[in-house]
Amino acid sequence: MSIDESGSPPSGAYVEVDPTRGSPPKGERRPKTAADFDAADDRNVPVLQVRDLSVEFKTDDGRLLAVQNVSYTLHERETLGIVGESGSGKTVGSMAVLGLLPKTAQVTGEVLFRGRNLLAMSEKERQTIRGRRIAMVFQDALAALNPVFKVGDQIAEAINVHSNVKIATDDERVVDLLNLVGIPNPKDRANQYPHEFSGGMRQRAMIAMSIANDPDVIIADEPTTALDVTIQAQVLEVFERIQDRTKSAILLITHDLGVVAGVTDRIMVMYAGRQVETGTVDDVFYQPSHPYAQGLLASLPRLDRRRDGERLYRIKGQPPSLIFLPPGCAFNPRCPTAEVGRCDVTRPDLVEVSPDHLSACHFAADLYEGTKAATT
Amino acid sequence: MSFESEISPSAGSAGQPHFDRERVGDFQPGDMATQLEQGLGRENLVGLPEEGESQLSPGVEPEARTQWQLFFRRFLRHRLAVASLFVLIIMIVLCFGASWIAPYPKNAQDLLALPKPPSGAHWFGTDDLGRDEFTETLYAGQISLKIGIAVALLSTLIGTVFGAVAGYFRGWTDQLVMRITDLFLVVPQLVVLAIAIKRFGQSDTMIALVLAALFWMYVARVVRGQVLSVREKEFVEAARASGASAPRIITRHILPNIIGPIMVNATLAVAGAIIAESTLSFLGFGVQPPSTSWGNMLSNAEGAVGTPKAYLLYFPGLMIFITVLAVNFLGDGLRDAFDPQSHE
Repeated sequence: MSIDESGSPPSGAYVEVDPTRGSPPKGERRPKTAADFDAADDRNVPVLQVRDLSVEFKTDDGRLLAVQNVSYTLHERETLGIVGESGSGKTVGSMAVLGLLPKTAQVTGEVLFRGRNLLAMSEKERQTIRGRRIAMVFQDALAALNPVFKVGDQIAEAINVHSNVKIATDDERVVDLLNLVGIPNPKDRANQYPHEFSGGMRQRAMIAMSIANDPDVIIADEPTTALDVTIQAQVLEVFERIQDRTKSAILLITHDLGVVAGVTDRIMVMYAGRQVETGTVDDVFYQPSHPYAQGLLASLPRLDRRRDGERLYRIKGQPPSLIFLPPGCAFNPRCPTAEVGRCDVTRPDLVEVSPDHLSACHFAADLYEGTKAATT
Repeated sequence: MSFESEISPSAGSAGQPHFDRERVGDFQPGDMATQLEQGLGRENLVGLPEEGESQLSPGVEPEARTQWQLFFRRFLRHRLAVASLFVLIIMIVLCFGASWIAPYPKNAQDLLALPKPPSGAHWFGTDDLGRDEFTETLYAGQISLKIGIAVALLSTLIGTVFGAVAGYFRGWTDQLVMRITDLFLVVPQLVVLAIAIKRFGQSDTMIALVLAALFWMYVARVVRGQVLSVREKEFVEAARASGASAPRIITRHILPNIIGPIMVNATLAVAGAIIAESTLSFLGFGVQPPSTSWGNMLSNAEGAVGTPKAYLLYFPGLMIFITVLAVNFLGDGLRDAFDPQSHE
């Protein structure tokens, strides 16, 4: 792996490259070996390595542990799904990666973007990474688009922020981007305002903004949550198409397991700010080795299994307050397999149940074996 | 259709399900078509998109108005504001076109017409020196309007910068800037003005500068409040995520969203500044002869109260009155036009 130690060049030195072109514009700045290109699979070049990331807020009631000791690696062209319910730290964790949290947040750990620690960077340095190398797609596109500017203006602005050559609303690059994300009549659309777009179109426009600079990583925070199912599918398809062209790694934050199953390569399940299970989609879906992940999957209605009047599974209780986390495993009060004296005392470490498949449960190995028995 | 501008044609039909049962029988298929044609405007129905036009929506074009179009429509419905705008334009043309419009040259004395009341030859009468009052009023208006507009622009600029910085950065920056603002607000303004002008001289520029220094706080407070609310919007977060720096976010993402309140305040500042300048001039701290403003015309005519020469007070006073009133109405109209929630 070649590490980009040179940093981003001064703003004047940017090379203008067509963002829609297949190969990323990093050629100048990040020399790649032929092997990188030849490898049929780029998925072993780590782009983003998050190590032991914790985010803590001081509140009047005490310390709020929003994210605790989360680690993951994102490779080129890979899509990692982060799944969890509201308040499980998905969004805060990704905001921390970009350094977008308010100053009251205490972020510890390491976020290595191509070997450089983002958390140790100055705000100014980070600005050169944000939007250019790591871009973000927000959940509510209507709120995330500026109501007083034409959509084309905003896409142009996303490019102009990082470049000295200013482009206009209906620049060819803007039109190409809109075209790429599947907006019909891109030239006319570029001259319209966000309120004239439909929900799905807005989300596409947001995606167009995020890929405007051909980023290495796209963080998509619940990009499809506000959309109806058919539009969801279209938007996800856009992500896949972009990835085919740009090699971007995608961090897809969602609470929709269906979305995850469809488009991601690997999954990280979070609960109460902690990572509970990580693995490939198949690992986690077919051999969930953490009671929480098992519960989530068991609660999904499925067409491929007869249930004969049986009710859907539910996880009893409610997620804990992040200020008053239960001792030991955060899931133990709701866990069907919890063992008194162990689970409510010791916090389980992540253990590898099979290669690259981790679970943070004292009984991970047993559960894994159990699922294996069930599937065979 | 009186509500055509606010409500889209499709919304207009929302009221139609309330047919009376009896009347449904009378309903002819043609009625709907007629209603639609009338409601939507014939040309929209007949005129399918021509070549080169948007292919997006054949048939009836959707509401596709820009923010500015909506703004102008709302503004035009505020009749008083539109009238005021006209009055102001006329005022500006008259005053700044004085060299062509004024019936007499500036400061020309007609010694045969020492103080004469208004007449056909001298519409506003003449003053003690036999100068045509109409001509003088127009030239004086140049100074008054110039100072009013300059103060408005300058104080808006200063106020916007301070307010935006305070609102965006919050924390100690906010505290510092707003305490400075408070400081400027609590000083006795007339005294400071008088002293500052004695100290720095009484040129028009200096008066405008000093007035601006005492007018920016109001804008700063308004802008700070607006920025505080807009900075929490998700598109600002998105701008930060796109790598924009703080100055860029403020100027390119936040300020365009609050241009409305800023413009309204700037307009009202024009009125305030004209009054303040008149007050200063009346007290003798304002513009000095030979240049004149409406304020110091009033000051010069001080002794005319209760005499037959009282017309010397009326005309400059009336000009101030009309201008300030018109500016205020204009400000009202702008406020309504910028506020999409106003349905007046």
